[in-house]
Amino acid sequence: MSQVRVLVGTRKGAFILESDGKRDRWDVSGPHFAGWEMYHIKGSPADPNRIYASQSSGWFGQLIQRSNDGGKTWEPVDNKFVYEGVPGTHKWYDGTPHPWEFKRVWHLEPSLTDPDTVYAGVEDAALFQTTDGGKSWKELPGMRGHGTGSGWQPGAGGLGLHTIILDPKDPKRIFIAISAAGAFRTDDGGTTWKAINQGLRSEYIPDPNAEVGHCVHHMAMHPSRPGVLFMQKHWDVLRSDNAGDLWKEVNGNLPDDAGKRGFGFVIDIHAHEPETIYVVPIKSDSQHFPHDGKLRVYRSKTGGNNWEPLTKGLPQSNCYVNVLRDAMAVDSLDSCGVYFGTTGGQVYASADAGENWNAIVRDLPAVLSVEVQTLA
Amino acid sequence: MITVVLPEHLRTLAKVIGDVKLDVHGVVTQRSILDALEVQYPMLRGTIRDHVTKERRAFVRFFACQEDFSHGSPDAPLPDAVASGAEPFLVVGAIAGGNRA
Repeated sequence: MSQVRVLVGTRKGAFILESDGKRDRWDVSGPHFAGWEMYHIKGSPADPNRIYASQSSGWFGQLIQRSNDGGKTWEPVDNKFVYEGVPGTHKWYDGTPHPWEFKRVWHLEPSLTDPDTVYAGVEDAALFQTTDGGKSWKELPGMRGHGTGSGWQPGAGGLGLHTIILDPKDPKRIFIAISAAGAFRTDDGGTTWKAINQGLRSEYIPDPNAEVGHCVHHMAMHPSRPGVLFMQKHWDVLRSDNAGDLWKEVNGNLPDDAGKRGFGFVIDIHAHEPETIYVVPIKSDSQHFPHDGKLRVYRSKTGGNNWEPLTKGLPQSNCYVNVLRDAMAVDSLDSCGVYFGTTGGQVYASADAGENWNAIVRDLPAVLSVEVQTLA
Repeated sequence: MITVVLPEHLRTLAKVIGDVKLDVHGVVTQRSILDALEVQYPMLRGTIRDHVTKERRAFVRFFACQEDFSHGSPDAPLPDAVASGAEPFLVVGAIAGGNRA
């Protein structure tokens, strides 16, 4: 029978939740790495027992952990992330040049085909790669060396490279996103990169249509349609039908927020319906909690514009949590499961594509990331 | 033998219980202790000092014999009591540090 494993990173450790395919009873293990910030944990699509975890602390820095047995045991692997060459500068919050400094790994993206190959998105924004299972990391310097790099400015959470999407049909094509630089694409395996921000409009930068400077919060792609991307930006939900070359807003009837719509962090796609997408609208960039204290997932079955709130089983009063950018995922069972974690420490799951929700664990530390493995 | 006391998180990472005992060759300094520590426990590399510059991480402190050696030269000899193993070399997570969490 199928099994589902949910990998949860929190401010104070990692938790692993497992269930059979019914998804009504969950075993919780953890905290793993108790007391450490676990920005992201993700399993290899090529070997689900191989899991990589980003472990960090303001005191002791960055560690990378690897499991070969589905998260039962872990071993630290190499944690040396050194920029290639002279790192140079990006813009600081006040607009002055600031040296590139490694702070942490935000996101780990294992290769679709090789368990030993993993990409790491880091702060200050850069892309690293291991091809030996984490024994060593090497920067792909073309990303940071993009001609616009000296003008990149951090978002409120830092200059993090937080989204990495691998194209299943073209191993040389990778999409990434950086707060607050924007989205980029390589078509040559990471040597050169193109800013793919045309159509994004950000009123908080002097030129709202600038090539870079957009605070992209997250992106998602359905593996069956690698040319179609969905984006949750600081404000606005967008889609691109040409691999990011041009974006259009699909906020539609998302909740009105003083004349604007579409602020949020997460975005994900139904496992079997590439036009069915999920977001969690959050009230404005200064409040960061759900509208009206009601936690609602919004689903569009039309690839945007037409949205319906999903509320059954979610708190509809006095709820003031946030859902962070890497904290939503789906399983690939016949009835698609959708999962998300909150800064209040709940992980909510729906085994029926969002119709009904349950907290499968609650009162964890603030959830930073949620990933799901569907196991045969 | 030198005695090193690690903070809880680093003891867990290094899978050690209690104090660490190290053989340190030559003059006993911060650098020679940390070099020996990282050879014996390579998973600690980068957690106490920077991989490349070897500078102490900002929120780590070094104490011994009721003194704070954090801002001293990494190559300055430490007290005889540390070198003889009579007193431990303490690696401490700063009380004010880390982040908001």
